[in-house]
Amino acid sequence: MQRNLLLGVEAIGQAAIDAGISGVYAYPGTPSTEITEYIQNNRLARERNIHREWSANEKTALEAALGMSYAGKRTMACMKHVGLNVAADVFMNMAITGINGGLVVAVADDPSQHSSQNEQDSRFYGKFAMIPVFEPSNQQEAYDMTYEAFAFSEKAGLPVMMRIPTRLAHSRSGVVQKMVQTENPLKMPENLMQFMLLPVYGRKYYQNLLDKQDWLAELSEESAYNQYFEGKEKSLGIVCCGITYNYLMENYPNGNCPYPVVKIAHYPVPQKLLQKLENECDELLVVEEGYPLVEELLTDFFGKGTKVSGRLDGTLPRRGELNPDHLAKALGRELEEPLQIPDTLVGRPPSLCAGCGHQDTYEALNEVIAEVGNGRVFSDIGCYTLGALPPYNTINTCVDMGASITMAKGAADAGLSPVFAVIGDSTFTHSGITGLLDCVVEKSNVNILIVDNETVAMTGGQDSSAKGRIEKICEGVGVAPEHIRLFVPLKKNHDEIVKIIREEIAYNGVSVIIGRRECVQRIAKMKRLHKKEAAKNGQ
Amino acid sequence: MKTDIILAGVGGQGILSIAASLGAAALNENYYLKQAETHGMSQRGGAVVSHLRIADHPIYSDLIPTGQADLILSVEPMESLRYLPYLSPQGSLVTNTAGFVNISNYPDLENTFDELSKKINIIRIDADQIAKETGNPKASNMVMLGAASPFIAIHEEIIIKGIETIFKAKGEKIVEMNVEAFKAGRAFSLNKC
Repeated sequence: MQRNLLLGVEAIGQAAIDAGISGVYAYPGTPSTEITEYIQNNRLARERNIHREWSANEKTALEAALGMSYAGKRTMACMKHVGLNVAADVFMNMAITGINGGLVVAVADDPSQHSSQNEQDSRFYGKFAMIPVFEPSNQQEAYDMTYEAFAFSEKAGLPVMMRIPTRLAHSRSGVVQKMVQTENPLKMPENLMQFMLLPVYGRKYYQNLLDKQDWLAELSEESAYNQYFEGKEKSLGIVCCGITYNYLMENYPNGNCPYPVVKIAHYPVPQKLLQKLENECDELLVVEEGYPLVEELLTDFFGKGTKVSGRLDGTLPRRGELNPDHLAKALGRELEEPLQIPDTLVGRPPSLCAGCGHQDTYEALNEVIAEVGNGRVFSDIGCYTLGALPPYNTINTCVDMGASITMAKGAADAGLSPVFAVIGDSTFTHSGITGLLDCVVEKSNVNILIVDNETVAMTGGQDSSAKGRIEKICEGVGVAPEHIRLFVPLKKNHDEIVKIIREEIAYNGVSVIIGRRECVQRIAKMKRLHKKEAAKNGQ
Repeated sequence: MKTDIILAGVGGQGILSIAASLGAAALNENYYLKQAETHGMSQRGGAVVSHLRIADHPIYSDLIPTGQADLILSVEPMESLRYLPYLSPQGSLVTNTAGFVNISNYPDLENTFDELSKKINIIRIDADQIAKETGNPKASNMVMLGAASPFIAIHEEIIIKGIETIFKAKGEKIVEMNVEAFKAGRAFSLNKC
């Protein structure tokens, strides 16, 4: 069998294509970005002209996916864990409407917060919405389970969540592909009121969802991905969710784990398998990447039952991603003292690239802040967040996409003046426009710097929905045209930038100051792409 | 057979082409492979690492356990030290000597390497210089792969085939230059061993 080396995210992208999706909808976010990029670059996806453009944010992405499902086609929406917060409204409600064409929500969690504000566990969202969640343990399962998820979604009449952590998203292994399926034909929902959640319908559909729960549990029980591995040593039974199974088995390279193990990759949790494990073993160890979802479920509230250990009792760390060493320790293995990191080693934190325009913006802003005082620059999420670190130390907040503008507004409402918001172009169109509207409606005294590098830079230079539209959007929302200012973030323009910021501070109202210069990485990326295209055309 | 490799460097230095070459080699031989890499925020001039595992039997963990790496292959000297706890005491450390200095407090590492070389096998190579001498300054990564190749349980010819697979699309000349760089790096290490 032909094996292709694929990242976990790429395996999901390939499986979705092979399962006959007609569209992928997504907003970039590490570690989920490459699912969509893989589909964008795939030959079959291009030939079939599968929808594969970026959406403005995760909410618009998931809603569009639901619309495609309404029309009978298979579709996938992709996002990082915190992106699901943005899409939570439609996510919760689409569980109640159900789906028509198979719909998969691929969510990449980031335990240890390699590139995120938190390490929230998306399985809780799946449980909250009461829909099936698939959590593959390796790249092949990521492929197989995604491939099957579309048919499963259609069978269950519900969206299915694919949940993967960073370590599976960004690890490569050999993957065997399955047969390519044809796309679904256009097909209206049988009940044209299926997606109508007026309370009179919504109550009925919610009851339908509740009524499906026992059946979903049975399907979990039968799932080939939920497995019971026998073991002779019954003092301990181990429950491993998703990728953690590998960390356990790494400690038994010949596959000879002495303890009985239940491997969970398909939720709701397989109750009978867990019951069997509890019957056979004295104690249980629950190993899961993320929050202790299964552990909480199994832990006996009144302390009368089987002892359960895991992240809650300190057997495993409460926070951060797991690894084989954590499992070794939890199993009582003595590890040899490893080589020590020499004292001479220093940290090398991420930093703005040489030539990045954000540097020039922060140099200028810092000069003004020195005059008006620290602690008044609200920001959010993008490369510009690195302005929180030395040598700039310019920005004071990073909470969620778009919160720069709205938090600045709240602080201005409280009486702080002057206040600044620093937001990127793509973050502005993702979640900044509605906040700007609030400011305009109330004539808030805010100075909004849109640091426009004409791309979604942090995730690798994807197309930004904001490109060429920012001034028009601001004018349309109602910002006074004379207070929409533009500068080019270059060293030579330093004095001019400082002057513009000072002038806008003096204005009591909404100012939008746009610093526009293309991301240096994006320029290099486009050059590479053009070179590649030219070479291809030359052949 | 198994080789567990920690690939280290700084975001943007391109350690992934080394991983890709070994990946192609492993695949050609029907070996099992897992390779975990760093994407996202850290790529912006920060420390990046890739865990590369190759074996003739299935591999469970995407991450190498502490003390089990056979090799640290670093394209930057300071970064080679960051992952020392992963290295097996019998393992080898192969590092470029050309530093990537994008921080103000970059340390002097001479004494550290002298001390360390009493404990473990270390190969230090000026890959940037050797790449220049072979006529392809961009092939420093392939010099490093060559220098590390004696410690990887895949035959030289198979790794070269992997390099050919990776650079094939860029034309014969590029393939040749990268293979030359690989051979120069390998010769350097074999002279030291």
